[in-house]
Amino acid sequence: MNTALSWIKAYVPDLDCTPQEYLDAMTMTGTKVETYECLDKNLRNIVVGEIMSIAPHPDADKLIICQVDIGVKTIQIVTGANNVHEGDKVPVVLDGGKVAGGHDGGPLPEDGIEIHNGKLRNVDSFGMMCSIEELGSDRNFYPEAPENGIYIFPEDTKVGSDAIEALGLHDTVFEYEITSNRVDCYSVLGIAREAAATFGKKFIPPVVNVKGNGERVTDYVSVEVKDPDLCTRYCARVVKNIKLAPSPQWMQRRLAASGIRPINNIVDITNYVMEEYGQPMHAFDLDTVADHKIVVKRAEDGDKFVTLDGQERILDKDMLMICDGVKQIGIAGIMGGENSMITDNVSTMLFEAACFNGANIRKSAKRLGLRTDASGKFEKGLDPRNAYDAINRACALIEELGCGDVVDGVVDICEPLADLRTIDFATSRINDLLGTDLEDKVMLDIFASLELPVEKNGDRYTMTVPSYRQDLEGVADLAEEVARFYGYDKIGSTLPSGEATTGKISFKRRVEDKAREIAEYCGFSQGMCYSFESPKVYDKLLIPADDPVRNAITISNPLGEDFSIMRTVPLNGMLTSLSTNYNRRNKDVKLYEMANIYIPKSLPLTESPDERMQFTLGFYGDGDFFTMKGVIEEFLDSIGIKDGIMYDGKAGRPYLHPGRQANIIYDGVILGYLGEVHPEVADNYEIGTKTYIAVLDMPNIVPRATFDRKYTGVARFPGVTRDISMVVPKEIPVGDIEAMIRQRGGKLLETYSLFDIYEGEQIKEGFKSVAYSITFRASDRTLTDDDVNAAMKKILNGLDGMGIELRQ
Amino acid sequence: MKEKLEQIRKDALSQVQECADVDKLGEIRVNFLGKKGQLTSILKSMKDVSPEDRPKVGQLVNETRAEIERVFDEAQLKLQRALREAQMKKEVIDVTLPAKKHAIGHKHPNAIAQSEVENIFIGMGYEVVEGPEIETDYYNFEALNIPADHPAKDEQDTFYINDKFLLRTQTSGTQVHVMEKGKLPIRMIAPGRVFRSDEVDATHSPSFHQIEGLVIDKHITFADLKGTLWEFAKELFGQDTKVRFRPHHFNFTEPSAEMDVSCFKCGGSGCRFCKGTGWIEILGCGMVHPNVLRMSKIDPEQYSGFAFGIGLERIALLKYEIDDMRLLYENDARFLKQF
Repeated sequence: MNTALSWIKAYVPDLDCTPQEYLDAMTMTGTKVETYECLDKNLRNIVVGEIMSIAPHPDADKLIICQVDIGVKTIQIVTGANNVHEGDKVPVVLDGGKVAGGHDGGPLPEDGIEIHNGKLRNVDSFGMMCSIEELGSDRNFYPEAPENGIYIFPEDTKVGSDAIEALGLHDTVFEYEITSNRVDCYSVLGIAREAAATFGKKFIPPVVNVKGNGERVTDYVSVEVKDPDLCTRYCARVVKNIKLAPSPQWMQRRLAASGIRPINNIVDITNYVMEEYGQPMHAFDLDTVADHKIVVKRAEDGDKFVTLDGQERILDKDMLMICDGVKQIGIAGIMGGENSMITDNVSTMLFEAACFNGANIRKSAKRLGLRTDASGKFEKGLDPRNAYDAINRACALIEELGCGDVVDGVVDICEPLADLRTIDFATSRINDLLGTDLEDKVMLDIFASLELPVEKNGDRYTMTVPSYRQDLEGVADLAEEVARFYGYDKIGSTLPSGEATTGKISFKRRVEDKAREIAEYCGFSQGMCYSFESPKVYDKLLIPADDPVRNAITISNPLGEDFSIMRTVPLNGMLTSLSTNYNRRNKDVKLYEMANIYIPKSLPLTESPDERMQFTLGFYGDGDFFTMKGVIEEFLDSIGIKDGIMYDGKAGRPYLHPGRQANIIYDGVILGYLGEVHPEVADNYEIGTKTYIAVLDMPNIVPRATFDRKYTGVARFPGVTRDISMVVPKEIPVGDIEAMIRQRGGKLLETYSLFDIYEGEQIKEGFKSVAYSITFRASDRTLTDDDVNAAMKKILNGLDGMGIELRQ
Repeated sequence: MKEKLEQIRKDALSQVQECADVDKLGEIRVNFLGKKGQLTSILKSMKDVSPEDRPKVGQLVNETRAEIERVFDEAQLKLQRALREAQMKKEVIDVTLPAKKHAIGHKHPNAIAQSEVENIFIGMGYEVVEGPEIETDYYNFEALNIPADHPAKDEQDTFYINDKFLLRTQTSGTQVHVMEKGKLPIRMIAPGRVFRSDEVDATHSPSFHQIEGLVIDKHITFADLKGTLWEFAKELFGQDTKVRFRPHHFNFTEPSAEMDVSCFKCGGSGCRFCKGTGWIEILGCGMVHPNVLRMSKIDPEQYSGFAFGIGLERIALLKYEIDDMRLLYENDARFLKQF
């Protein structure tokens, strides 16, 4: 919300501060000022001059030489403007003065433009006559200004006086960020009230007094509200003998500073009161209102209505309409109709100030795609008492500005107004909440400065909350009022006392943190991907149409199809990131992500989905399948998952190379999978090299993880190592051999490790050569040959049973 | 005998002196001190010495042997040292050649910011908790004093799944889950991913992270809120950091505030970074609204508390001077490597 300081000062006349002081103080009491603009920032030494005579320039057809009376003397000014005449009063910037911009109205230079005496085609010129653009404004704000010409003052402007003052440019426009709870501060009066309390000055609201023409409004119009749930109050007044004209300069300036273009006195008054009171108003041409009757009721589905901007709108049964005896004439709270709008021929006018249901207006405006200044105000939920005050203020201005004759009385259809809220409070409670030790008087003075009436009630107090302060509900709100004006900065800084608590993270988080640590140690950097993605992802990953993994939660209002489903597999984010890196020619990229996938328990969603934390690793470049397997085992090892991890090569995952993928199985559960990305999937992601992926499902891992460790003693007796070399049918995975060694090695088996694997020359077709080194050890003695031979025999028998021959 | 010994001593010393080779030195040593060496053979002629002279001569022999051994040892050490030095001279390397790095991975800047914030609060006795990202309307709005049809709902641009479920717009809902468990006092922080329907650009992302904080106990005051967050700011941005609390509005807190910290670029004198104000907005906070306590079955007459919400990306972008939020989700290795 933008407002000129001069408008605030109209109600807080004693306000005296610099713009920066105003910004700081208002911000610290909760009316946040975003920024301000001093309109006279780059205007200097500009006076009102009167053109006494005009003569042609001897050497230039397009220039004229003016003699201009600037009060103290008459100076000569050469100009190229063609809209000036003898007797015109114009702004004149004198030697050494400054203007804000060029005559073309282009972007304003930061420091303005200095003007000096000079010669134009050899004729002396002692200053410059200014256009409104040169004064830093434009014709939206000063509609009376000519297009491409010198600004001309009204005849009664005093020659030699300050032209900046005459234009109302000694002013500052403040931009506020009003919080949504302070509906009353979306008005000049509301901000003025806060400013008065902030600076400890008196707040003087306008005195409203409508004389009336002696006629009765009920003779002109009747009002019926058929849907009072959406319209709690409807006030109507009538103005006759309307004389349309421009509104006075001061009103135009204030509207312009608020970003509202002045139109004519009637429109300007409705806008002025909307800004001043925060109450939107509407004016109908009463002669277009059939039967001189207003009916407020819901539209029918499919109704069509042309708003005053000429657009046809499709209505529905939840939109509230203003109707006359036969037709719709306005969309309540949003925009009036073309059929009843004020035109230049208006003679009798109906003024409306109403209180509509905020939520309904908000939703209707959204469905219509038509958000207006009025709807923006209504949707915050307005004070029904304000409507009555505002319509009277508007009619008082009509009389004051001589725009027409106001008919006596208000047609006021109003639901019973709720009683004013009262809050019973103890000042000690406020001190308890704030951690302060303020005396009652300090608090009471603050409430008084905010015009919040408080009565003593034993050792407690009762506040009667004005209707415009709908945000004040209880003692916590009163504590905020005290804190705001006592000063947030004056309240102390302490640390909570009371029972000590233990700072900690969950076991789940400890396991996740370990995963990150291992990943980073192994060279993987942490990535971050979106939780939502496109449903097309499943095709890119070659996931079959009937795969249940495609059952994803859909966002009803996504940013676009690409962000429309909650991911059920973490691969797309990882592959997209790897692709980005690959296509930017980054070498050997290793990434990991720790984030959720979202598995619905039913669709459509009726209960919270399963949010499963996935530890996803991906890389291309240096390394292979077994590099990835190593990272996984480092991690599992670090969380106590060691013996008995199995890899099932028949994982059946369509996005992975069919011969280079495995499920990771432990404790009979699939902990995750790893593999080389299917070349077609790699193509789909435009990754032109072998890429490896692993996904670990943390909910299956965390319950099996442990950080408990038990020291088992360092061996004191020597171990015995035997090497065996075998010829193994190709289809037998070494995992089977290892399982057999584990099973048959007995108590003496300490470790085994594969030290050679070979296929090719010297090995018969369909076989591979595999060599293991097996170590035996006893903790209490040195092993004998017999001990080891016995253990080895069992293993060799096992090999025999698997059809594996020892290599000779 | 005596003369012979003297001669041997002289010969040995002069041969050692002339010798420049470790192996040769060994040979010379054997020649004098070995089993068949000159000194050993002279001992054999001891039998010719008169018994009364024997102790004297024996002593002389021993002295001579000791001196020769000492000279040999010294010479050997000297030669070995010279040899090693010559070897090391050949082994000089160019220490400016590139390092062989173990290519460790890097944390995401967001994660670094998160763990910094977490560690500060864990140190102050806060428990780190997590809540669901797909949340119900009740936990995300209603239980936080944002009733149906409240305009604040529109301000947050919520992604909806259906009438009941939505993508949480704030981590504040996790407060409610913890309060409902009924275990008091509470000191918790809840980091996590949140969502709002903002188009992706340099300063907006439809997905970002917050850390919510909540303290509930008897006699918690606004001054406690200020003190706690000031401590936090000093830990995160340096001990000289000043804080400023400005009144603000959040539905679930009353009184509410926004906290600014003194600009850590210019120290508060005003620069481009803080847009000349000397302050940088960091977080929103306030005293937990009595309605929120009541809805979670906590008696506001007995207990009070404060809550705060920190935008993690904001901290990360500020701390590391990252000028485009999109970088956080691109996962370009050249970006990640810098953290």
